Amino acid sequence: MPTSGDEFDVVVIGAGHAGCEAALAAARMGCSTLLITLSLDTIAYMPCNPSIGGPAKGHVVREVDALGGEMGRNIDKTHIQMRMLNTGKGPAVYALRAQADKVLYQQEMKKTLESEPHLLLHQNMVERLLVEDGVCRGVLTRTGAKYYAKSVVLTTGTYLRGKVIIGDLTYESGPNNQQPSVNLAHHLHELGFETVRFKTGTPPRVNKLTVDTDKMEIQPGDEEPRAFSYETKEYITDQLPCWLTYTNEKTHEYIRDNLHRAPMYSGMIEGQGPRYCPSIEDKIVRFADKNRHQIFLEPEGRETLEMYVQGLSTSLPEEIQQPLLRTIDGLENAEMMRTGYAIEYDAIVPTQLWPSLETKQVANLFTAGQINGTSGYEEAAAQGIMAGINAVRKVRGEEPVILDRSQAYIGVLIDDLVTKGTNEPYRLLTSRAEYRLLLRHDNADLRLTDLGYEVGLISEERYRRFRKKREAIEREIHRLRETILKPTPDVQALLRKLGSSELDQAVELAKLIKRPEVKIEHIYQWSPPAEPVAPEVAEQVEIQLKYEGYIKKSLQQVEKMRKMENKRIPEWVDYDQVKGISAEAKEKLNQVRPLSLGQASRISGVNPSDISILLIHLEKGRQSRASS
Amino acid sequence: METDTIAAISTPVGEAGIAVIRVSGPEAIRVADRIYKGKKSLNEVESHTVHYGTIVDSEQGNPIDEVLVTVMRSPRTFTREDVVEISCHGGMVPVQAVLEEVLSAGARLAEPGEFTKRAFVNGRIDLSQAEAVIDLIRSKTDRAARVAMQQAEGRLSRLIQELRGEILETLAHLAVNVDYPEYDAEQLTGEIMLKKSRRVEERITHLLQTARQGKIYREGIGTVIVGRPNVGKSSLLNALARENKAIVTDIPGTTRDVIEEYVNVRGIPLRLVDTAGIRETEDVVERIGVERSHQALEGADLILLLLNYGDPLSEDDKKLLKMVRNQTAIVVVNKMDLPQRLDLQEVRNLIGESPLITTSMIREQGIDQLEEAIVDLFMGGKAAAADATYVSNARHISLLKQARKQIRDAIEGIEAGVPLDMVEIDLKNAWQSLGEIIGDAVAEDLIDQIFSQFCLGK
Repeated sequence: MPTSGDEFDVVVIGAGHAGCEAALAAARMGCSTLLITLSLDTIAYMPCNPSIGGPAKGHVVREVDALGGEMGRNIDKTHIQMRMLNTGKGPAVYALRAQADKVLYQQEMKKTLESEPHLLLHQNMVERLLVEDGVCRGVLTRTGAKYYAKSVVLTTGTYLRGKVIIGDLTYESGPNNQQPSVNLAHHLHELGFETVRFKTGTPPRVNKLTVDTDKMEIQPGDEEPRAFSYETKEYITDQLPCWLTYTNEKTHEYIRDNLHRAPMYSGMIEGQGPRYCPSIEDKIVRFADKNRHQIFLEPEGRETLEMYVQGLSTSLPEEIQQPLLRTIDGLENAEMMRTGYAIEYDAIVPTQLWPSLETKQVANLFTAGQINGTSGYEEAAAQGIMAGINAVRKVRGEEPVILDRSQAYIGVLIDDLVTKGTNEPYRLLTSRAEYRLLLRHDNADLRLTDLGYEVGLISEERYRRFRKKREAIEREIHRLRETILKPTPDVQALLRKLGSSELDQAVELAKLIKRPEVKIEHIYQWSPPAEPVAPEVAEQVEIQLKYEGYIKKSLQQVEKMRKMENKRIPEWVDYDQVKGISAEAKEKLNQVRPLSLGQASRISGVNPSDISILLIHLEKGRQSRASS
Repeated sequence: METDTIAAISTPVGEAGIAVIRVSGPEAIRVADRIYKGKKSLNEVESHTVHYGTIVDSEQGNPIDEVLVTVMRSPRTFTREDVVEISCHGGMVPVQAVLEEVLSAGARLAEPGEFTKRAFVNGRIDLSQAEAVIDLIRSKTDRAARVAMQQAEGRLSRLIQELRGEILETLAHLAVNVDYPEYDAEQLTGEIMLKKSRRVEERITHLLQTARQGKIYREGIGTVIVGRPNVGKSSLLNALARENKAIVTDIPGTTRDVIEEYVNVRGIPLRLVDTAGIRETEDVVERIGVERSHQALEGADLILLLLNYGDPLSEDDKKLLKMVRNQTAIVVVNKMDLPQRLDLQEVRNLIGESPLITTSMIREQGIDQLEEAIVDLFMGGKAAAADATYVSNARHISLLKQARKQIRDAIEGIEAGVPLDMVEIDLKNAWQSLGEIIGDAVAEDLIDQIFSQFCLGK
């Protein structure tokens, strides 16, 4: 146990998905790290859906893994099923999703934290930050202990002034009846942080023995073994299915009859809820013409019969929830084990952060996860690892690591947060990424392993393996560009069989593979490689060649973006002195203090004309500075 | 805000009834007051009021011109600065004299487009509007002014927004399929997407077709009148000018070699090239030789070739007819009042598709038919509808072409069986190109569209 007065390089507050990644990153980079959590029994807890991944979110898990994070490895060891989604679409949007065994997930993560050298895990509640002259020096716990740190990472999740709402019942609480963090919330206000009130919710849980799955559609995992981590070599083969059913007119009528008791409509809830995660009552009202909604029954783990009722998030009164469940096919006899609820919590306005996730208000203080206005385990983990990395770099006096929008979904996520802010809990979507063709699920390692290695989170051995893979890809691409295929009768016959037009002259393999119906297997039938090519290498070769034209287009756009991104906005700029930009733009620029013109151009309320004027102002300023 | 005060003549240079000198900037009103004599000092009058008075020279107080002065105080002005507009008598001499007084009273001569630039910098107008205003200032006839006006009022903006809306709907549909693969929304098929893309492509193409007409309204039809001596070129020129009052005489640069004259033919500006040549020597061919007239003809949008009804075709006539064969030309057979000595059939055989009009300048016959033929040739038969939207700005045209190329790439991709989420890149590019026209390309729109169009959630 740490002793009051102890000094650490990094102190992390909170051991959710953000806190775990932050603490592990800091410790693995060699910093003495203290991780303080309200309860050692809720480490890496999933208070809502028992799944990790999906479009954009799954991409992020792969990115966290490529940077040397833990989420991917942890879910690979503890899932009950995995599916690749969107396989009928292009490779850029393939997305892996796992159903987690919630308890196992927690245990596994806890063991990893406990085994990590340099990392001390401690149960306590932090009530204040020790701030001197605008610099965070450590934390003060409820028990009166002071722990000093060169950097502090704050990951409070939905605990800050948490309030649970069920019908007309409300009480102060963290998620799943955990104790909320109230004093720290007030302290953040004292420190001058602007906060917003956000809302999220969770559906009821039911006992599997009371669910009639015969009336539902089975949703099994993929037969092909899958993994998030590039390092995973052992696969879980024994999978559990999920089940699909639907709401019906009875359900909708019952909800409409009881709508006056829904806190959303009685005015009880002040927090802003996410549009992508509406409660069932909200869906019925907003999309009145839809006559059914999907409901997925998802096991919460292997050693429990509890099932999560996805699609039925609600804050209707408890006594209404069970009858509501029972209107649904297959749930006629369902026994509700946990009541659905809405939860309100404080989040800080994320434009108060630099892109490094350090706060502008208090130096050496970093925040990550739901406190920054996001929602989702994956979004939290992504911020956690970046905050951990940058906390360490701050300790060492190094430049922060900032991913840009063309490098990673993590870059999109953080840039969106610190540049635009958010007025609802922020969820990543593939459509938020401008260059999603580059940010594929399959190439996260190619995008980020170099960086993970550079910051010290990727081992020498892993990096060597990675470089070998990268070289193999390049070699094979080169070979396919150089190899010419002649229109022999065999070739023509196979092309006919594939429904592809015959060759009228010899063609490079790299060109032939651009045809939608020609796969790399076919290429290998005509021209097998000298040495066997690993499947993950062949996959890269195929994608990179097949979609070369589209990838090039994306790269051209990135070039354009980089030009603006490289125009740094120097410290001396005083927006109040810039003539001609709108008052709204001035206010926003003063608030966000963008680091580049690129970032400035993404601030809502800053128009292209404001950017032109700013550009001229910067140029004039540079010239007059250069001459004086 | 800019610190200095600028002034310029803001009406076209030339012989007109009234000319306006515009002054803008923090000193605008004081500058004007220094050279103004009227009932009240301009410094004391209310904003947006008009005052009668005299402009006097600032040194001796001699009157220069009787004027009406409009005082408009910031910010409800075109530039959002203090603005004074002095309406004086047209004609180069008084206008120049008044402008010189304004300049010596403390303003500086504005650079071309500087008023618009200030309006833009001060947030009065957006980029597309700024460009339209520049076109407005440059436009040559009423109809051209109307096209520019419509654009300023956002007609083009609305059209572009409609197109973007259609693309956005498709993008949102695609995004939902990708981001919520298990959601029971209808899957966007290649077929649907192809149909939608083609519709957008057609509309952009249509818009681009108007671009040619837009250019005509903005720049005028570059017209050359050719023919042998005494065939009636100068009479034709006078007839066109008389009926349609020349509105602008342009004297580009310092050289007076080439004079251009604008005449308004049923709302379409005709830019008559080298009119001085015709007036002074009566003969382009004679004066500059066949070789050089060849060059002049090549640069023209329209050639009016005059033949004499009372003469058989000469060698020179035949040379000219040969020269204009592959160009937009109207053959005008003049002097119908003389006995026929010209073989019209022979002429028809030589000119191919070009229309042939017969006139008698002396009897003032045939001018109407000629004007109709010109409208026909450039507006595709129908005199342009007044409410049509014309794209007349070079930047807009190039962005529209870019958007069309991107849509066509998308169509090609869908037809080739490329996954739709990849084709999306072309659609999104098109959406952005269109957005650049109206200075608006916010990705947040897409997210909003997704959640308003579909019911999603856990």
